[in-house]
Amino acid sequence: MYGKGLRGLSIATAATLVTAFALVFFYAPLDADQGFVQKIFYVHVPMAIVALGGFVFGGICAIAYLRTRDRKWDLRSYVAIHLSLILGLGVLVTGSIWARASWGHWWVWDEPTLVSFLIIFLLYACYQPLRFSIEDPDRQARYAAVFAILAGAFVPLNFLAVRLAQSLTHPRVLGTTGGDMPGSMRLTFLIALAGMVLLFVTLWKYEIAAKQARMRLKALRRRLLEA
Amino acid sequence: MRAVGALVRKDLLLELRTKETVPAMALFALVAYVLFHFALHRNALDGDLAAGVLWVTILLAAVLGVNRLFVAEREQGGFDGFLLAPVDRTAMLLAKVLALLCFLVLVEVIAVPAFFLLLLGPSAGPAFPELLAILALADVGLAVVGTLAAGLAVQTRARDLIGPLVTLPLLVPVVIAAARSTAPLFSVPAGGAEAKWLAVLGLYDLVFVLLAYAVFDFLLED
Repeated sequence: MYGKGLRGLSIATAATLVTAFALVFFYAPLDADQGFVQKIFYVHVPMAIVALGGFVFGGICAIAYLRTRDRKWDLRSYVAIHLSLILGLGVLVTGSIWARASWGHWWVWDEPTLVSFLIIFLLYACYQPLRFSIEDPDRQARYAAVFAILAGAFVPLNFLAVRLAQSLTHPRVLGTTGGDMPGSMRLTFLIALAGMVLLFVTLWKYEIAAKQARMRLKALRRRLLEA
Repeated sequence: MRAVGALVRKDLLLELRTKETVPAMALFALVAYVLFHFALHRNALDGDLAAGVLWVTILLAAVLGVNRLFVAEREQGGFDGFLLAPVDRTAMLLAKVLALLCFLVLVEVIAVPAFFLLLLGPSAGPAFPELLAILALADVGLAVVGTLAAGLAVQTRARDLIGPLVTLPLLVPVVIAAARSTAPLFSVPAGGAEAKWLAVLGLYDLVFVLLAYAVFDFLLED
């Protein structure tokens, strides 16, 4: 009853991720000036894109919750933000490793994408403390939704401000993914991105199914005790 | 509109009688200057450093005000009274933003001249109209975001912690834009503020005013 189609999705996710890693290590060429460490790009960038997408998706679900007042939208929003936070931690760690390897420092303040990501991560890190310090379930869902909408709208605004703050010293014509990637790199990147999206969706569905099953179990147990 | 007036009047009267928030904010700003003086080991600041110290001080003082913003409503049942009254809920948002804006202006009337006296280098004489424009734009952003964050935090158990934790990351763009636009005014050959940063502040204010208008009602439902 819970988690319909999860088996197929899990298999597809595992297959895509395995393909992506095989391509990363055996097919994609070594970067001319960064060498082997550039391969972290295939984990770091998809993770960042999926995490940001997850935050925005959480905001959209929150809007849907406030419109319909259906608890399933609240659950979707919560799980999306929760997973994006975990991915966000991964983004900061892999970004830091990459920065250390290619620029020599663990943290680089002139890199607007990295800095904006940190600010957004710090903001979303308040989501769970906020949510779980409200006891009343309806109010909890409502306040969490308001926060998710505010923070979701903050994501692009923050990127704009941080990027402007650095644009004088570091002009950037292309995005971080670069328009001049050779075809084999781009193919590998796209498959890695697809793998990460699938991973996110699978984990999201698993967590929602688990939470729904737990809630149902609780309700049944309560009925049993009352009977 | 009359509801907004009444609520603002109530907040200002309350502040006038208890003198809890604004004096504390102003005092905090002065203490922060003393701390910065010793921590940075400088007698006079200019340029980026001066702008940074001024804005971090204003921001932290604002957070103190944000934390106190809904205290009376929560402790004395003001929310229930307001919800029972046949007025639009947006009135509460507008009134609280205006009240916080008043507090911020009052604090800045003390804190900004004090900054000039205590920390700003003697040769750096800023252009006042520009500084006032930056302060006004930043204050609107601080007041709107502060009110939203205060409204979010007030019903939580750990409200004293959640308020600042939510407010500060949301205000990072304000600090970036305000500090960057103030820095040339405080530099030794004083320059003008870049229009770009004023535009960022304006855009930020606009986005958050619209967002606040859209979501604030949901914070006041029970």
